[in-house]
Amino acid sequence: MHQTVEAALEINLLHANQAGANHNRAHFDQWGITCLNIMSSPGAGKTVLLERTLAALNPDLKMAVIEGDMTTELDAERLRQYGVPVIAINTGRSCHLDSKMVSGGLHSLAADYNPAEFDLVFVENVGNLVCPAEFEVGEHGKVALISVTEGEDKPLKYPIMFQEADCLLISKIDLAPYLDIDLNRLESNVRQINPQVTIIRLSAKTGAGLETWLTWLRNQVK
Amino acid sequence: MHETDMTKALILTVRQWWEEQPSRPQIDTIHLTVGQFTCVEPASLQFAFAAQTQKGFLEGVKLAIHETPLVAFCHACQEEYKPKIGLHYSCPSCQSPMEDIRSGRELKIDRIEYTQSCVEI
Ligand SMILES: Nc1nc2c(ncn2[C@@H]2O[C@H](COP(=O)(O)OP(=O)(O)OP(=O)(O)O)[C@@H](O)[C@H]2O)c(=O)[nH]1
Ligand SMILES: [Zn+2]
Ligand SMILES: [Zn+2]
Ligand SMILES: [Zn+2]
Repeated sequence: MHQTVEAALEINLLHANQAGANHNRAHFDQWGITCLNIMSSPGAGKTVLLERTLAALNPDLKMAVIEGDMTTELDAERLRQYGVPVIAINTGRSCHLDSKMVSGGLHSLAADYNPAEFDLVFVENVGNLVCPAEFEVGEHGKVALISVTEGEDKPLKYPIMFQEADCLLISKIDLAPYLDIDLNRLESNVRQINPQVTIIRLSAKTGAGLETWLTWLRNQVK
Repeated sequence: MHETDMTKALILTVRQWWEEQPSRPQIDTIHLTVGQFTCVEPASLQFAFAAQTQKGFLEGVKLAIHETPLVAFCHACQEEYKPKIGLHYSCPSCQSPMEDIRSGRELKIDRIEYTQSCVEI
């Protein structure tokens, strides 16, 4: 005799990732580190922003970078020139960092350094507007970038990252005069989805807005 | 293709459950709830699931995906509304931003249907 039965599971699909994120966050908290997850579409300017940030804040703040890249170490090499530990994680075919990958980076940081000395760890996510926001890595805050060349409708088309962001950087504003982009419209599109987000207009090239970003950043550090 | 990773996560969780069952039952259908306001595309998920379960304990198992719409609640109007994904998210009556999402963010393994032999006493 056979019968069909049902078992209610009610488990989040990303349960395993969530558990890993909690593990990472416990480490960060125990070591007194603030972790920020930096996300954007490819080429919005995450690495250049981190270069400017490391140059401005090192050695006042002790920082490290966990750098996600599908195949190369190019970004990691660029950041190493600023004298901070940079752990490169090749995600292979994966289009985002998950908590397990970041955990690997975290443990290798802890093996080579005294993690309690660090104030701030940046996770530079894989360039992708769609899914990185769905995979928590144990961060305390999410920073999203959107460059002016992407157009003001992107927050509406790819809303999740913008909805989850604590800080939104509108990058490459030095290029805005050459484009048909309405920055106020872009901001109001973001606010439709996320009224609380801190929005900073910034150019890593000219340095405009950089001080505001650095102030926001300092305020995140515990 | 994060549906590949989502599917891996799904299989891992179901396997854990399955191994905890003393009878190791034959699973028939896995029911998921997937919100429209997530990065998951149900068709891609079906595809990845079919590809990843060609062998093993989930061979031939069906995946049933129940999509939930994006529903937000406007506190000013005390009313639910359905934002238009890709176009418009604020409240259509008062233009307040979308703050309170009531449905659409789900990514959940709801329940599992399986066949069990009746235990003879
Ligand atoms: N004009 C201008 N160009 C910028 C600015 N910031 C970055 N760029 C340029 O944009 C390009 C991409 O910058 P990256 O920092 O590599 O972008 P990314 O987000 O790290 O890219 P991925 O890691 O591949 O996702 C480079 O050519 C930068 O020089 C800016 O503020 N102004
Ligand atoms: Zn980069
Ligand atoms: Zn992905
Ligand atoms: Zn309203």
